[in-house]
Amino acid sequence: MEKLKRVNSEELIVNSLNHYFGFTEILEDINFTLKKGEVLSIVGPSGGGKTTLLHLCAGLLDVLEGKVSNSFVSSSFAFQESRLLPWKNVLDNISLGLIAKGVKKKEAIKRSKEIALKFGLEENDFEKFPKDLSGGMKQRVSFARALVVNPSLLFLDEPFSALDIGLKQELQNLLIERISKKELTILFITHDLMEAIRLSDKILVLKADPGQIVKEFIYDLPQDQRSDEYVYGESAKILKDKDIIETFFLSPFRDNAKACMNLEMKL
Amino acid sequence: MKFIIKLIKDFPWFLWSGWGAIASILLFIALWDLGNQIYGDLVLPKPLETFGVLLSMLNDEQVHSDILTTIYRASNGFIISFTLGTLLGLLAGLFATASIMSRPIVTILVGMPPIAWIVLAMIWFGMGDMTVIFTVVVASFPIIFVGALQGTRTLDGELKEMVDSFDLPWWQKFTNLYFPHIFSYVFPAWVSALGMSWKIVVMAELLSTSDGIGAALAIARSHLDTASALALVTIMIGTLLFLEYVILEPIKREVEAWRN
Repeated sequence: MEKLKRVNSEELIVNSLNHYFGFTEILEDINFTLKKGEVLSIVGPSGGGKTTLLHLCAGLLDVLEGKVSNSFVSSSFAFQESRLLPWKNVLDNISLGLIAKGVKKKEAIKRSKEIALKFGLEENDFEKFPKDLSGGMKQRVSFARALVVNPSLLFLDEPFSALDIGLKQELQNLLIERISKKELTILFITHDLMEAIRLSDKILVLKADPGQIVKEFIYDLPQDQRSDEYVYGESAKILKDKDIIETFFLSPFRDNAKACMNLEMKL
Repeated sequence: MKFIIKLIKDFPWFLWSGWGAIASILLFIALWDLGNQIYGDLVLPKPLETFGVLLSMLNDEQVHSDILTTIYRASNGFIISFTLGTLLGLLAGLFATASIMSRPIVTILVGMPPIAWIVLAMIWFGMGDMTVIFTVVVASFPIIFVGALQGTRTLDGELKEMVDSFDLPWWQKFTNLYFPHIFSYVFPAWVSALGMSWKIVVMAELLSTSDGIGAALAIARSHLDTASALALVTIMIGTLLFLEYVILEPIKREVEAWRN
């Protein structure tokens, strides 16, 4: 992966990317560009290679064929699970990325405290170890850890999927606040279409076996102006799309039945 | 530094929590006295008499030098298996082949009774320090080895990925991820290996040397001097209790506070 340090034209370019695990083709001919300030979602059924694509973009996997060039100054990653270090307390977990960048311990802790409070954690949680936190709290810590470094590019790997609706909205609103200020660029992976519609400027639909981008949707309305009605309306529209139906509802059957149920419940 | 301060600060509280333990030890001594009243002095001397012998032993030059000899052997054996076990265990953990190959060897080492090792060691090294130290090493090495091996093998891939995503420099990866994880496995292994060394050293001495606590125990047996034997056992157990509860346990509480 190339890392060019040019501040004025930060972008992530993925060019004819293929990927294999052994002889199985996971991704085929993926092309897209993510510009600064954009939110790009990749939606598709589970097991469709979304996570692999994200890991390739983030440099956690080596690119085999094609090219990924990332000129963003800094990036961070929020995972589906919180992935906190069990032997570190809340503040030390949050400050991990800052310490890695060479920020002084005292300053790192100060900034971690600020962001922790903003993310709905309380003073008396600061010294707790992850074992004493609930699932939702852990995910708050994980988000704080990813955002405290002020990344110009944020990778999100279905970080909302295990959260209850209230917390999901709260964390999404915190992201939307930063997106509206054009502070943050996001590459977002999800199987939840409504989540994608709420947050993204552009949605790419990734079908499985092998993973190919089959469709692109663009949303111009600023995120902070998207009402629930807007999200429901757009979801309904998107669900009538032939490619979406094929990707989510026909190919590997089990996944689709689940996705289908999910969507019906929400609509 | 912060850690050491916390350790010292929590220490009085830790000692205060020892009342329960003291109560149960006193209960045990009461049962011992009951045993004395039933079976008589030869089988089980009075606790008071035993402690009297113990007191006079603690003022005896000969016993001092025996204790020092035993400590010397046990600590040498422990330090050798500590170093070898930790290093080799970590190395074996890094390579899948090495860890697979070392498993049956560890099973043999653990499965072989220490008494058999003592016999072999007496043939190989004669009667002396070397035999005892060898037996201690052979008995405590596999415990540490397995601890270090498992610590290295069980590193969480997801945490590793997370640390990679934050681009930590290698030494920070070590201090934040590798060290705490491996330490959480290897530290309890060190503690149990230390206890093991302390027990094995006496057994090896009893059979193969003419000095040390084990040898004193052999002499007490030949004189049918139960009180001295029990006094020696009390010294052994007292040292072990001191090591375990006053030194290791507070450290363990602090380093494992994050565990469930």
